[in-house]
Amino acid sequence: MGGSVIDMTTGQHGRGLAREAGPGAGMGEVHAELRQVKRIYPGTNGGGVHALGPVDLDLARGEFYSVVGPSGCGKSTLLDVLAGLSAPTEGSILFEGREVAGKVPPGIGVVFQEDAAFPWLTVEDNIAFGLRRAGTDAAEVERRVSYAIGFMGLKDFSRAYPAQLSGGMRQRVCIARTLVMQPRLILLDEPFGALDAQTRLLMGDELLKLWRETGATVMLITHALDEAAMLSDRIGVMSARPGRLIADIRTHWPRERDSRIAAEESFGAITSRLWGLLRDESVKATGMSERAR
Amino acid sequence: MKRATWVRGLVVIGFILLLEALCRWGVIGRMTMIPPSEMAVQLWKLLQSGRYNADILQTLGNVLAAFVAAVVGGFLIGSILHALPRVRRAIDPFLATYYAIPFFAFYPLMVVIFGLNAAPIILIGFLFGVVAMIINTMNGLDRIPRVLVKTARVNGLGPLRTAWLIKLPSAAPQLFTGVKLAIAYCFIGVIAAEFIMSTSGLGYSIAYAFNNFDNRSMYALMLFIITLVTIINAFFHVWERRIMARRGM
Repeated sequence: MGGSVIDMTTGQHGRGLAREAGPGAGMGEVHAELRQVKRIYPGTNGGGVHALGPVDLDLARGEFYSVVGPSGCGKSTLLDVLAGLSAPTEGSILFEGREVAGKVPPGIGVVFQEDAAFPWLTVEDNIAFGLRRAGTDAAEVERRVSYAIGFMGLKDFSRAYPAQLSGGMRQRVCIARTLVMQPRLILLDEPFGALDAQTRLLMGDELLKLWRETGATVMLITHALDEAAMLSDRIGVMSARPGRLIADIRTHWPRERDSRIAAEESFGAITSRLWGLLRDESVKATGMSERAR
Repeated sequence: MKRATWVRGLVVIGFILLLEALCRWGVIGRMTMIPPSEMAVQLWKLLQSGRYNADILQTLGNVLAAFVAAVVGGFLIGSILHALPRVRRAIDPFLATYYAIPFFAFYPLMVVIFGLNAAPIILIGFLFGVVAMIINTMNGLDRIPRVLVKTARVNGLGPLRTAWLIKLPSAAPQLFTGVKLAIAYCFIGVIAAEFIMSTSGLGYSIAYAFNNFDNRSMYALMLFIITLVTIINAFFHVWERRIMARRGM
């Protein structure tokens, strides 16, 4: 698994927040790689909890990769170690050829499932937070923030506080806050987990638009199989804990796509394939008896 | 203004008018209480005469010293205990039962140690306020969502900037509750201490007036304290409402 060259349409790079396309953009160049990554959490009575791995994974530059797996399988742990939020117990992680070791390297943006909007800041100030901390000059902050506000449809709420927004809008604020930093790798940890089904679909469309516009590499952690099938170029299936990648599925969707792709015939095939792979793992993870199978 | 605010205002005014009437009609004897209107007039006269200026300033100074020490000390101790969970677990029962201790019983001891000056009074005010601040500081730090701290790390913030830019504002509502309680407790501590054993200050002046059957001064000073504390509380209340309104609380 991993290391395979991805067959993708050429990356499109739009206006606004799009970065310069790197020389190998959309060509299957490896953007991030995990080698034999394991994460063992220290347990309370000596024994550790083996949460993840060993995992080998290559993310191609510009691809949309999703990870699905049963709950508690270590999906979030995978994201944490790749982001540099926690160090792997074993193995190595490279982002753009440089080792990621327990520190978030510049160029990686993370969106979490939990509401991470700062309640004491307005939408505008929330979105500008990272840029201001990085010492970006005011005019540039203003330009990027107003673009992101427009892009995420928050124009009428730029001076509102998060408490005045719906859950979906707060999550858009968090995405916008990540977006303005122009990350080359965007990691999303079940970002739509707390949203209702329709909002999820629409947010999925926005995420696809954002992915095309920025040309960034995206790794999405999700437990929703349809979400993974709809959004991704490639889907990694994780086993029950300790999480390992047990399958790698390519969707072959065109780059220009949105949630309406769910009507395609192959969409159903992909989701049932995913469920076929996941069912046993989910049974293991939930501790259900054999009879349930 | 909200209806509840009106009703509350009417209840207070109605109560004052009732008291006024009862005092004027002689239902409440003059040796027990003077009418509220006379309290106000007397207070105005006292303030104009400047007779109690030194006492007022002294009490306010003591409260301020106790309050600043309680807030700063409580915040520091609370932060340290939050960072040391084992120590905190050991100390928690003491904090939980702290307000059951009758501090004033130890006041004579403090006078022996510090002498008959402002120090034991400020110390009592401080002891009253500090634990409210410690508890609320820990409570505020406990409630900081982990995801906000993670977000700080994604943005490359070090521990100091995370504390200043993320943890402090995130814990602000609970810290504010601590500050509000601390000022109330410091007032209680300082004035009660002055009442018991002191030779100056507002608490002492009230006790002195009481012992000398000087009802007019006694009630005027009580009115002064009530008014002052109400104004301070109202100020904090409005400030807190603003902070909370932003956060949709």
